[in-house]
Amino acid sequence: MKTYIFKNNFIIGFFLTFLFCSSNLYGSDTKLIKVDWSFNGITGKFDRSSLQRGYQVYNEVCSSCHSMRLLSYRNLGEKGGPEFSIEQVKAIASNFEVQDGPNEEGEMFVRPGRPSDKFVSPYPNVQAASAANGGSYPPDMSVLVKARKGGADYIYSLLMGYDNSPEGFELEEGVHYNKYMDGNKIKMAKPLSEGSVTYADGTKATETQMAKDVTTFLAWAAEPHLEARHKTGVRVIIFLIVLTILVYLSMKRLWSRIDSEQ
Amino acid sequence: MDKSGKKDRRDFLFTASYTVGAIGLGATAWPLIHQMNPDRSVKALATTEVDLSQIQPGKSITVLWRGKPVFIKRRTEGEISEAKSVKLEELKHPEKDEDRVKKEEWLVMLGVCTHLGCVPLSDKGEYNGWFCPCHGSHYDTSGRIRKGPAPTNMEIPKYEFVDNNTIKIG
Amino acid sequence: MSEDNYVPSSKFGKWFNDRLPLLTLSAHLREYPTPKNLNYWWTFGGILTFCLIAQIVTGVVLGMHYVAHADMAFDSVEHIMRDVNYGWLLRYIHANGASMFFLAVYIHIFRALFYGSYKSPREVIWIIGMLIYILMMATAFMGYVLPWGQMSFWGATVITNLFSAIPLVGESITTWLWGGYAVDNPTLTRFFSLHYFLPFIILGLVILHIWALHIPGNNNPIGIEIKKPSKDTVPFHPYITAKDLFALMLFLIIFSGFIFFSPNILGHPDNYIPANPMITPSHIVPEWYLLPFYAILRSVPDKLGGVLLLFASLFILIALPWLDRSKVRSAIFRPIYKNFFWLLILDVLVLGYMGAMPAEGTYLLIARIATAYYFLHFLVILPFLSSVEKTDPVPISISEPVLK
Repeated sequence: MKTYIFKNNFIIGFFLTFLFCSSNLYGSDTKLIKVDWSFNGITGKFDRSSLQRGYQVYNEVCSSCHSMRLLSYRNLGEKGGPEFSIEQVKAIASNFEVQDGPNEEGEMFVRPGRPSDKFVSPYPNVQAASAANGGSYPPDMSVLVKARKGGADYIYSLLMGYDNSPEGFELEEGVHYNKYMDGNKIKMAKPLSEGSVTYADGTKATETQMAKDVTTFLAWAAEPHLEARHKTGVRVIIFLIVLTILVYLSMKRLWSRIDSEQ
Repeated sequence: MDKSGKKDRRDFLFTASYTVGAIGLGATAWPLIHQMNPDRSVKALATTEVDLSQIQPGKSITVLWRGKPVFIKRRTEGEISEAKSVKLEELKHPEKDEDRVKKEEWLVMLGVCTHLGCVPLSDKGEYNGWFCPCHGSHYDTSGRIRKGPAPTNMEIPKYEFVDNNTIKIG
Repeated sequence: MSEDNYVPSSKFGKWFNDRLPLLTLSAHLREYPTPKNLNYWWTFGGILTFCLIAQIVTGVVLGMHYVAHADMAFDSVEHIMRDVNYGWLLRYIHANGASMFFLAVYIHIFRALFYGSYKSPREVIWIIGMLIYILMMATAFMGYVLPWGQMSFWGATVITNLFSAIPLVGESITTWLWGGYAVDNPTLTRFFSLHYFLPFIILGLVILHIWALHIPGNNNPIGIEIKKPSKDTVPFHPYITAKDLFALMLFLIIFSGFIFFSPNILGHPDNYIPANPMITPSHIVPEWYLLPFYAILRSVPDKLGGVLLLFASLFILIALPWLDRSKVRSAIFRPIYKNFFWLLILDVLVLGYMGAMPAEGTYLLIARIATAYYFLHFLVILPFLSSVEKTDPVPISISEPVLK
């Protein structure tokens, strides 16, 4: 009886403390905007058209400062992603100039991109990127969604979180106020406003629409195999449940010999 | 009667468990094996485009494709007719020259000896084609084995003419 | 033991067994008399063996694609995640497998604490187990460095810097560990080599651990000595193998839940940022399974003091068989010790939580109290209870309490 009380009290006590403190773990305390992403949950999937629009936003707005060096153009055509057609992927890739070489003369040269090439970066290296952006490095976006607490919700909230700074809040030159950035200061100016992009599929390019689309695209970029992972996971767990039941019944059948021998 | 019925049920349960378990083990083993197969980035580099405009008649170039050399030869009239005139019965691996080329002026083949994988030398050997120094295989102007231990003709990879001056291999 | 009489059924079997008695060993393992009253807390040894093999297999396979160089490590892990066939699956199994490995080892250790499995004559099993645990922590620590993210780099920096606290030779040892003047490529390459190597030492120790166990035989929930074999035991196969397999299945369901639906929840987002020696993350934290020790380390303001206390916290665990001398093994019959057992679990959970918090203010105070209590438990409470505790009467045999 005494043990029972002790055990359960500590369990309750621990979890209450945990819940109370857990928001303090890291990052800003401001509650993020929660979006019901299509890729959330056990059966989450990416919305193909949103991914394609998101790529357009990345390409036309973000890619001037943010690299995505871990992605290849062919990823845009692979299953589970925006699933552009092969022709579209070749066309997209060929829009970019890729450095290649050395040729037989020993010189580096430039050629149109191919699907097998990695995404071209706006700057040759981290230092050039920082220097061109007031000393702040615009992070590479390949795994950005996984590199921030709050994931897709954080990215979306940040994009929607620009506001006027409150009374008395000091902002240096070139720094902007953002409700969700740690410390509320961000060097990036508000990147999205209504009509920044004219969507190829005709969707109205409101701020929320673009923010949702580009966040969905970034979520895919960070986790291109999410759909396969979810699909495999459902199958694996169902299989394991079946096998567990079989093993359980076998075990019970075996042990009935021992119990009956008492 | 009752005992054997019970035994059958028990055996079925155990058999079913073992079977489902075996399926699980197999399904687990597959990713462990398949991860060693060529990955996506390797497969993406599986095609190469080659510019043919600089190659003079009678000359050949060697390009790297999927880690192996590919011979591209611009054959002269004499080499083409020589290749066409060979009787199939004389060949260890009978293949018509027409079946080995898309445009008869251009011979595109994997520069790997089909014996044990060495790279044959061009413009050598008794058949006016290639000679493999490793074990003495002789290939003719169509890249077919004529003398020596190699069992088959040099392999023709998948390729196509993108335009008159460019081929895409793979 | 009956397996001395084991005769292989086939001629080839007999010929081979005479030269290398693997079939005798197999017969011993199958017939090994195991107490029939073992509960599910006893299934974690089998689960741990599975975890070790799973980590080794996925690790070897990942090692076929990973590049251990500071300039390429992070990208090679992403290459695995994106391009290698099933690479994402192998990586997530390996990363979450480490967490599952530690979850299982903590349950396994606390089982021993509750049922007195560390007591005579099982002290050497316990010590080997502690060595396995220490090697697991070293292996996991080095493994976490390999992706070369921000936490990889800075966690490595913080922990390797601890060695500089050693008087006289500290700086030299740290430089020797680094292979340079800071954590950098030489550190990464040697950590890869050792991370690949140590699990095989662990495997050897696991074999010794099981061998040492098979001498006295398993402990059991009521902690009494039982005759082996007898009607109180069952042959290991098929009874215990089936039960262990069932427990393993449940474990795999939980494991799969993490792999397929929350593969990054136990990790830290900062480790998806490539290592940057110029920028320190705001909060450097190790993986969850190292948090209690991290809290103990930081509870002492002095660097050397913290390191010494950290090693002391492990050492007193090793010394446990000699600190707790109660003649009664199982906590089922030790009503007072039982409560302190649960308090210890609470204490370790609090320490773990504090390890994740910044080491300041109230958090630091609580961490210090929890650290002090940890040492109080082992150094004061246990020895005191050994002599003073009035234990409940212990049954004479396994079947006896049932008949009552």
